[in-house]
Amino acid sequence: MNTLSVASIGVLAPGLAGWSASRVVLAGEQLYSAAPMPAALATLLPANERRRTTATVKLALQVAQEAMANHPSLDKEAVANHPSLSKEGKMQVYTVLASSGGDSEVLDKICIALTQPDRPVSPTQFHHSVHNTPAGYWAIATGCTLPSLSLSAHDGSFAAGLREAAALAWIEAAPVLLIAYDLPLPFPLSERRRIAAPFAVALLLNPDVAGPRLATLRFNRDAAGYATSLENSALETLRIGNPAARSLPLLCAIARQQAQRVILPVGDHESLSMEVEP
Amino acid sequence: MKPLAITARTVTNALGRGVAASLAALRAEQSGLRPCDFEDADLPTWIGRVAGLENEPLTGEFAAFDCRNNRLAHIGLEQDGFAAAVRQARDRYGADRIGVFIGTSTSGIGATEQAYRQRDPVTGELPASFDYQHTHNVFSVADFTRRWLGLTGVALAVSTACSSSAKAFASACRHIRAGFCDAAVVGGVDSLCLTTLYGFNALGLASTQVCRPWDVERDGLNVGEAAGFALLEQAESGDRRIQLLGYGESSDAYHMTAAHPEGAGAALAMEQALARAGLSAEQVDYINLHGTATPLNDAAEDKAILRVFGPATPCSSTKGWTGHTLGAAGVTEAIFVGLCLEQGFMPGTLNTRQRDPQLGAGVLLRAREQTMRTALSNSFGFGGTNCSLLFGRGDDESPSPLAGEGRGEEKS
Repeated sequence: MNTLSVASIGVLAPGLAGWSASRVVLAGEQLYSAAPMPAALATLLPANERRRTTATVKLALQVAQEAMANHPSLDKEAVANHPSLSKEGKMQVYTVLASSGGDSEVLDKICIALTQPDRPVSPTQFHHSVHNTPAGYWAIATGCTLPSLSLSAHDGSFAAGLREAAALAWIEAAPVLLIAYDLPLPFPLSERRRIAAPFAVALLLNPDVAGPRLATLRFNRDAAGYATSLENSALETLRIGNPAARSLPLLCAIARQQAQRVILPVGDHESLSMEVEP
Repeated sequence: MKPLAITARTVTNALGRGVAASLAALRAEQSGLRPCDFEDADLPTWIGRVAGLENEPLTGEFAAFDCRNNRLAHIGLEQDGFAAAVRQARDRYGADRIGVFIGTSTSGIGATEQAYRQRDPVTGELPASFDYQHTHNVFSVADFTRRWLGLTGVALAVSTACSSSAKAFASACRHIRAGFCDAAVVGGVDSLCLTTLYGFNALGLASTQVCRPWDVERDGLNVGEAAGFALLEQAESGDRRIQLLGYGESSDAYHMTAAHPEGAGAALAMEQALARAGLSAEQVDYINLHGTATPLNDAAEDKAILRVFGPATPCSSTKGWTGHTLGAAGVTEAIFVGLCLEQGFMPGTLNTRQRDPQLGAGVLLRAREQTMRTALSNSFGFGGTNCSLLFGRGDDESPSPLAGEGRGEEKS
């Protein structure tokens, strides 16, 4: 119970349009520029659902969908034989969703409605207000009945999610899809919680480290230290501007395909240290 | 799985502060529900409110955390000697080896609701006193809890609507098993706010009467607030304390708010809790239902119970005492189940007068005294999230069904 492989990745942020386009940028082979983020299409959602859902749901589902599509053994015979990845053609995979604040656009609308006469909270807004809304849409879109956990650890949400996903993968001996996402808050909340740019990442984690993989993660149980930062100042700006982007040192290490120690921040006192190996 | 012992626990809800208040009300069949008198909410419904929160702000170094939800967490932590027990455990394990896993659905959104009513009429800005991170943010209540208890290790907020604090137990088990911590403070805190009161009202799910789970006339839930905490440690052999024997989780993959009509996801969660504990359905003595009293939820849970347990297993909902405490319901009812196991007491289903003839589960209308060894607690939520927790009475007299060959094999 100490190692995991990263089987595939999905990522979406300004200047990072999917894993295959982003890999060279994160490896330092191509210059990063914070180009506008492409629309999160989340084509997995049926068209009528897609119209009703929010930017948060689409962002989370887009990277989840990409990670599953990038999985090296999808569409191969192995999938048919892997009970947790294929059941009646559906994507059966455990999921962990990590987000600092969930869907602040919805919460803003509800809080505005509560200032109006008769407080006309929309039923749709209310059921979209729960932190696990993207998890619910993912389950509906994929038909996946496996457990899903949605959590927050404020700025440490990504590392907290990674730890939960690792424990889940080891104990269930099955792949786990970790999805981390956060979007800028609307005004006036934006004045009190600064999230500079949208960022979402999904990692398909496999306790079987012998299979096809982008990297292997080996957790250091005792080592701690300062969170790894990035040399590239534009990427560092992105990293500190969004809780989900705290994943960037890990993504860069994977993209470079070189062994590296990565330390992710979890909170004031705590960090999560790991050796990333190709 | 290897059982975990609950070595300290506490509940605060509409029945009062501390375990004794809840137990006395459960035994006396006294509801904590009252017509809605929260803030200026003008709604024809009943609520389960914790008295006195309005007058007990957080001060000093914790002033930044001051909001209804963290006040409730604070009061909850100080009942039943819970915080003191955690401090003792901290001396044994180290401050960084006790994890904090707190379930909440709305955290301190009430602070944001109030701030929006005080926006600057010209600039639209929120009042200077508003502190998003320490009140509204989902993590705020977990952050407050670990700071209040002086813990520095793993800390996270589980937020899966009304299954939140049940799933916090599952997450804590995983972190202990994976070695990320040695013991865990598991909790749930959700407080009354306008978002949930008006939200459930908008969905037509808030009852205008006291909630009546499984009743032929049931027509909705009553929102309540609660804080509950448990300290989970590895069970020792011959451990007589209440133990978590298994957990089961699933997703409905059906609808955002409506439960699967056949209760398929709920049944899956119950079956997995049994499998993880290595128990058969016949070995479960009592089930504390999710039992919110909405027509569809009770019907779906009924089908799931019948599928897994049949009509004979005694079950009841305690929502008629506390209301539906949302993200705190899982831990509240987990602790109720522990009390029932210790006392040999199955509560009835308060306010329920006539069982719905369409429903077939063995729902008790009145309390029953009966020795029990194991009991299950169900929690389900929006987004189709389901969690069942299976508890047992630690006992060194008769052979435990889990100590022998029947123990479930866990993978890995």
